Amino acid sequence: MYQFNYERPKTLADAEALLGKADDPKILAGGQTLIPTLKQRLAMPSDVIDIGGIKELDFIRAEGDAVMIGAATRHATVATSPDVRKHNPALADLAGWIGDPAVRHMGTLGGSIANNDPAADYPAACLGLDAKIHTTKRLIEADEFFTGMFETALQDGEIIKEVTFPHPEKAAYMKFRNPASRYAMVGVFVSKGPWGVRVAVTGAGQNGVFRVAEMEEALAKSWSPDAVANIKVPAKGINSDLHGSAEYRAHLVTVMAKRAVAAAS
Amino acid sequence: MSVVAMTVNGKPASADIEPRTLLVQFIREQLGLTGTHVGCDTSQCGACVVHVDGRAVKSCTMLAAQAEGAEVLTIEGLAANGDLHPVQKAFREHHGLQCGFCTPGMIMTAVDLIRRKPELDEETVREELEGNICRCTGYHNIVKAILAASQEMR
Repeated sequence: MYQFNYERPKTLADAEALLGKADDPKILAGGQTLIPTLKQRLAMPSDVIDIGGIKELDFIRAEGDAVMIGAATRHATVATSPDVRKHNPALADLAGWIGDPAVRHMGTLGGSIANNDPAADYPAACLGLDAKIHTTKRLIEADEFFTGMFETALQDGEIIKEVTFPHPEKAAYMKFRNPASRYAMVGVFVSKGPWGVRVAVTGAGQNGVFRVAEMEEALAKSWSPDAVANIKVPAKGINSDLHGSAEYRAHLVTVMAKRAVAAAS
Repeated sequence: MSVVAMTVNGKPASADIEPRTLLVQFIREQLGLTGTHVGCDTSQCGACVVHVDGRAVKSCTMLAAQAEGAEVLTIEGLAANGDLHPVQKAFREHHGLQCGFCTPGMIMTAVDLIRRKPELDEETVREELEGNICRCTGYHNIVKAILAASQEMR
């Protein structure tokens, strides 16, 4: 790791002030991606602002027809939250399948979506549930938030405060895991709710998480695995690496979508 | 440099360290507690698992500064008054180790697992050991030991 200044503010206001003062700061939430990145000297921030100790960012609240989750809430907390389990079991399942138990004790919702790893799980939940991302500056729709591989709509100095997940009528996440890393080779989140039908795919796209309009239309007409069984995603634009070719991953999208719809029926 | 203070195995511990110091470096190099191992150094293998405020974490993927004010438990702090913890006993009883390098992390993970899920079956144990690698492939007896310990601790 290169040297950096380290700050652990207690409030969001202090964190914003510290971000404003620093030359080239990086926000540290749970650190399960950032610390390995720093260890490999792939990043050289002047300041690391640790928001992991800000209590106002660590909460889960069920209100009305949605669950609000603070940005610094750990995956293990989401996975075992009675509120999330009751109103949005697919989201609890997804959080419980991230990484391994020790990673889930540290990793946070806000950290995951701010990083927008193309194989991360939470981006699929946000896009698949029409989530609203609240930051220190504004509200960003999930559709507008994820802009490319490791890229988001967040601006310098902007901190995610919470994410609002509306309750789905039906939802499920199915993930074909890389057997070593447990990252998604392909993960598909399907849902039905006031927003209509959504199908969000992670792990596959070269630009990160994406929706499959053709599957959404088919499921809106008939919510059944058969409705998506013959819908193929083109291999163009799909990741290809030693774990699987683009064609293999494209095929997995249909398989995982079918399984997710079956699980949510 | 800045002073970081926490409680390790029930005793206050502090040191003047660089902010980039990892928790595992603090534990091994500042405190001389070398029971916590560094295997892969890339958060895959789990040899470095310790508990921070009661939860298992990978100490190679956490800054010491993030544990400021926290209660840290390492393998050295598990035995009470000279008596091995039931999980340690079960690992010895069932020979849950071969070379022993992964053992501290396996045991710390197992203690955390039994706390979270007192009712365990073999499939759950194997799934929960996702973040701990035994390169001797001694999983069979490790799983047996964890199941036996969870029975013992009920």
